[in-house]
Amino acid sequence: MKRRELFGLAASMALAAGLAGPAAAQDALKIGAVGPKTGPLAGGAAVTFWPNVQLWAHDVNEAGGIDVGGTKRMVEIIEYDDQTNPGETIKAVQRLATQDEADFILAPYGTGLNIASAPIFERYGYPMVTHTAISDQIEDLSGKFPNMYFLLGGATGLAGGVVEVLSQMREAGEIGSSVAMVNVADAFGIELAEAARPQFEAAGFDIVYDSSYPLGTQDLSPVINGAKDANPDAFVAWSYPPDTFGLTEQAQIAGLAPKAFYTAVATAFPAYAGRFGAAAEGVLGAGGVYADGDAFKDYAARHEAVTGAKPDYWASAPAYASFQILQMAIEGAGTTDKAAVAEYIANNDFDTVIGPISWDENNSNAEYWTVGQWQGGVFKGVASTGRDGAVPAQPKTGWE
Amino acid sequence: MSMTKRDWQSITLSAVLLAVAACLPLTGDAYMLSIGITIAMYAVLATSWALFSGPTHYISLATAAFFGLGTYTTAIGIENGLNYWATLPIAAVLGAVLAALVGLATLRLSGVYFVIFTLGLAELVRQVVTWGQNVSGQKGLYVLTDITEVHIYWQLLVLGGIVYLTGWAIGRSRLGFALRIIGDDEEVARHSGINTSRAKILLFMVSGATAAVVGSMLAPRYIYIEPALAFTPMLSFLVVIMALLGGTGRLWGPLVGVIPFTLLWEAISASFPNQTTLLLGLSFLVIVYLLPRGFVGLIESGKRRMREREAFA
Repeated sequence: MKRRELFGLAASMALAAGLAGPAAAQDALKIGAVGPKTGPLAGGAAVTFWPNVQLWAHDVNEAGGIDVGGTKRMVEIIEYDDQTNPGETIKAVQRLATQDEADFILAPYGTGLNIASAPIFERYGYPMVTHTAISDQIEDLSGKFPNMYFLLGGATGLAGGVVEVLSQMREAGEIGSSVAMVNVADAFGIELAEAARPQFEAAGFDIVYDSSYPLGTQDLSPVINGAKDANPDAFVAWSYPPDTFGLTEQAQIAGLAPKAFYTAVATAFPAYAGRFGAAAEGVLGAGGVYADGDAFKDYAARHEAVTGAKPDYWASAPAYASFQILQMAIEGAGTTDKAAVAEYIANNDFDTVIGPISWDENNSNAEYWTVGQWQGGVFKGVASTGRDGAVPAQPKTGWE
Repeated sequence: MSMTKRDWQSITLSAVLLAVAACLPLTGDAYMLSIGITIAMYAVLATSWALFSGPTHYISLATAAFFGLGTYTTAIGIENGLNYWATLPIAAVLGAVLAALVGLATLRLSGVYFVIFTLGLAELVRQVVTWGQNVSGQKGLYVLTDITEVHIYWQLLVLGGIVYLTGWAIGRSRLGFALRIIGDDEEVARHSGINTSRAKILLFMVSGATAAVVGSMLAPRYIYIEPALAFTPMLSFLVVIMALLGGTGRLWGPLVGVIPFTLLWEAISASFPNQTTLLLGLSFLVIVYLLPRGFVGLIESGKRRMREREAFA
């Protein structure tokens, strides 16, 4: 009895869901998009993920659609909020696959949510080009989920980039060997600190201050004061968005002004320069892009024109690139057959807004940006694992 | 404990319903199955929550603490070479131990102090796990198994059956009687010679162990486990809301709250992805104002009205 009610209700729900969607041309490709609109990751997704979904759909439809074997097909985006909850991500992807019968589904936002939904993508054969999943288990994951691809790189590379940049600055005589390192005590911060420690030591750096602080700490003055007392040549913080802002502000107040100042996630957000203005000049951060390249300039201009906001200088362009790869693979395969498109992705290289992409043996993009620096109001890539267009890092000259 | 004919009837009916529910995967509809898992998960959590909170009127917001504890038990267990099935009883024991510790420390408190403590507990456990990761340099954990959604669904149903039997047995036992007296007036219960702390702690342990096992069962579904996802406070609130929507006066009360709530939530998420939180808030208001005693209250006052009408006729 209860089950029958469930079926009836669910059927009417599915009907309601269908009616609520925008009326689209009959032959439009249905593209699913699942990401946080609420919950802890909603802020990041609002900068990096959702505007690019909007921009990509706009660009595709502006150009008359995706060319599928000779017929141009427009795209219709079906969006769902996963509330930053992996259970909801799984349900939403499931719903897209079976109820909405989406032709393709864009990879979700964030490491945990991507990995949680990978089995559903796999079961229905959807190719999954992730743009914001950072993992040290890429080998295991791509072995288990052969249609899963990784664009953004890994923690070891991101930490290695910082060591490389500081080494170069030391060789140029700009800084000495002492480093103050702090991290936010949460997954990504811990992982980066863990990866950085041995690399700093191997490169002959002396970690004079090594500390962590809990996620959500409001008062970061003890962290900054501790670092300042150690009088380091370089300050490195494996930080999350709120503390990236908090640490920078506190460093200004306390007068911690080393020649190399690095904060991790969100340093590449336009809001960072918006908040600190000229003081942001010379700050190093995670990510980066070939900011002077025409591909990125053109992309950034379109991003601002269509969505009304600037892209960030790290994951925004890879997010857009992952959608481009899907589009190119559909056009290249000349069909909407998921298996054929997945095979095309596996066997081809792609030219995207972040430059050429090719896959290593673990379905991962081995060439990615690791460190950027605010120079002249633009966050320029200064280190990468093989990308063109890096500019030399410059010593920071105080907070003025 | 003698079984009346009525008892046998209700047990048979429950068994039949459970068997019907177990057939859901046979429809081959994976979307239905993913909704089924959500319903089964919240049904088990809300029912075991109501086992303790229903009779005692102690509102516990600690579900996420036990759930996360179970998730981490399985994740860490599997990483260290334990069999998945071995992690389930370990999670149950750990959940019960944590509940006992918390119970000893707090159940002597009453009212709002207890609510606040349980809310803080999830955060406390989360911070301890994070601290452990920071010290050991361990990051998010991966639970890569061959367990599929069908397996998880069936496991949850079995657990649900166990929770119902436990609840039914407790309701008929001296313990259940003691709890009802505590719920009516704790002072009176104490004066009648009931060891109120012991009774409350025992029930809280059952509730905690169940939530921990649910967390264990869900770990292979999430695959990637990190503190923010495993200890989300939203879970604790949803369980309370669903149980109250159903009504805690009957063993089956939470279930009649979980099913409509999950379907409503699904309809909202599917049709209005940009307004989920707003609509959730509105439905809370409606529930509180129109259904203060939950569906159980609605059904029972309906029954009473029917009886009265018959009496007049």
